[in-house]
Amino acid sequence: MSAWRRLHVKVRRAHGLFTSRRVTEQYTWMYGPSTLGQNLSTGKPLRNDFFKELEAQLAAMRKKAADALPGSSWSPFDINPNLPPERADIVIIGGGVMGWSIAYWLKQKERVREGVKVIVVERDLTYSQASTVLSAGGIRQQFSLPENIHLSLASADFMRNINEHLGVLNEDPVDLQFNQSGYLFLASEEVAHIMEENYSTQRQVGAKVTLLSPTQLKEKFPWINTDGVALASYGLENEGWFDPWSLLNAFRRKAMSMGVIQCCGEVTDFKYTVSMMTSPGGDPVVYKRINSVKVQMPKGLEYQMVECAIVVNAAGAFSGKLAEMLGISSNPKDTIAGTPVPVEPRKRYIYVVHCPDGPGLDTPFLIDYSGMYFRREGLGGNYITGASPKEADEPDTSNLEVDHQFFEDSVWPRLAYRVPAFEKLKVTSAWAGFYDYNTFDQNGIIGDHPVINNMYFATGFSGHGLQQSPAAGRAVAELILDGNFKTLDMRGLGFRRIMAQEPILERNIL
Amino acid sequence: MLLSWRGQLRRKGIMRKNAYYDFTQRLYGSDIAAAFYILSLKGGFRFVGQSDWFRADQRGKFNWDFLNHKDTPLEEVDMSYTVINYRGLDNLEGQQSLRTLALRGCPEVDDWFLARLHVFEDSLEELDISHCPRITTGGLAALRNLKGLRRLDLSSLPGISSPGLVVILLEEMLPQCQIIATGYDYSIKQHGGEEEVQR
Repeated sequence: MSAWRRLHVKVRRAHGLFTSRRVTEQYTWMYGPSTLGQNLSTGKPLRNDFFKELEAQLAAMRKKAADALPGSSWSPFDINPNLPPERADIVIIGGGVMGWSIAYWLKQKERVREGVKVIVVERDLTYSQASTVLSAGGIRQQFSLPENIHLSLASADFMRNINEHLGVLNEDPVDLQFNQSGYLFLASEEVAHIMEENYSTQRQVGAKVTLLSPTQLKEKFPWINTDGVALASYGLENEGWFDPWSLLNAFRRKAMSMGVIQCCGEVTDFKYTVSMMTSPGGDPVVYKRINSVKVQMPKGLEYQMVECAIVVNAAGAFSGKLAEMLGISSNPKDTIAGTPVPVEPRKRYIYVVHCPDGPGLDTPFLIDYSGMYFRREGLGGNYITGASPKEADEPDTSNLEVDHQFFEDSVWPRLAYRVPAFEKLKVTSAWAGFYDYNTFDQNGIIGDHPVINNMYFATGFSGHGLQQSPAAGRAVAELILDGNFKTLDMRGLGFRRIMAQEPILERNIL
Repeated sequence: MLLSWRGQLRRKGIMRKNAYYDFTQRLYGSDIAAAFYILSLKGGFRFVGQSDWFRADQRGKFNWDFLNHKDTPLEEVDMSYTVINYRGLDNLEGQQSLRTLALRGCPEVDDWFLARLHVFEDSLEELDISHCPRITTGGLAALRNLKGLRRLDLSSLPGISSPGLVVILLEEMLPQCQIIATGYDYSIKQHGGEEEVQR
């Protein structure tokens, strides 16, 4: 429309070449009589001198002619350029570190260039509620489940060579700001035997951990109060903490440089086909296959149906809600099709405290058997601390407001008991973040769904998603592209355990 | 693509140099394998009980006399200005009597390498990591395990942002260690607030 108007104006301008005086008179009449015969309007003159802008006008005319011909991308309708493409191979829902890790590995493993078209859909590009950026950023191998230890170890290996993997030509190298300070777990009398068993599992898998007695602990870290501590487990290598935002951005930058499309939008619906089969026992089993994903633009009603082959659910704390959109809860509760995805958000607080006389550079990430943890932050005597609340006192997850009373009641007493220097401290800041809490057994769910044929899950890590993200992303990419796990066997973390109601609990104390 | 190939070839070359000398280890034992590895990377070492050093010259040629000292552990190792990296430590891991390790100006020594030095925690007494561009404060925290360290040289590390503070914290962390940190500008800058900003 505007193009035609522009053409019309040009025609008028061309006429001005021949009938200049008359047009001038006409215009001054429109603007009111002026005794000087001059146009006193301060706006841009409607009639431009044709010869002055001849070059520009001719170029514009050429461009318009080229647009009008078929083969150009001009269209009279204004399409929102932020809409995702109409078709894609794999849609990854969730743009946190897990989603981008999967996107990177998918592109890394494709055997032909542009073999898979991957889209990552993230609803909030400021990441204000995302668990990735709000996490404390620690990585440890001190788990009791061998799969978890393998995932962490592989992720540490990845981060050691991160510039080889995620380095982009002509850009700055990735700096994770990794602090190699190790984790220190303290165990009381009751749980000391669990710690010893975990220690032997960890050593067997290849983690570099050592056990310390209370006297050795006191010698190594004189600022600890060793009352009540029967055994301590200390990580020597590949453990510490890093900056999650750097890792997320490194994955995102590399994946986008390999051709992954980022889309800002929210997934509100799925279109799926349903097929019914009868099991040998005679019960009907309903299979769903997702055909397309409805991506709604933020702040508006525009949406785009993205037709896709595979959907990956990496939505973190909101994965359970996403899976609900596929109508799982409408099925009877005790069937395979009716088992909901047991991931829900749980709010956790982190407080930044300042204590000038606190422990020094060698402070590990200390985790107490009472559920309290703290670690050093920077070089200026700041520490990050928090605690896991009891099951009954789980905070409300509708917002990310911080409860400072929780610090006074639950965190500070335990902190001051364990490290006497922390009796004098000052809380400088605090924030809250969600865990993608797996209510079933607090371990990640990696794999495809038994009933929804083309949805893969990489969620439910309950607080260790960030540290396992590189290896978990690789596992999911192998599952999608190769059909099976190749480097690490994560079948134990699949949906089968949820269907069979066999939880694999992490026998650690946090 | 050619630029990325060049980077990849360089990295592959370094990885090949730092590969595990499994064959040598099986034939001659881990000490000779470690010695051979050090000489191949143009470093130098001294055996326990010996007083003269074995070094490779500029062109990589070295004396094969070290083969005469079978099963003698290494006491002092000088890998300054070599391309030793994390994987190269596989070859040196079994050395339980290593007292001195000089890694001056090594471009591939980074924080993860320092974290792996915990394998020498009982024996290491002198460590020289000056002029290594990739070391940052996070890696220096990993030196907490080296209980026997007596002398630490941290001069001219470009990766450390507030060297004065880091040296003080390290002195607190390793009370029996003498820390040498020359080559830094300790003068108070105009923007004094910058010094306190943490990484």
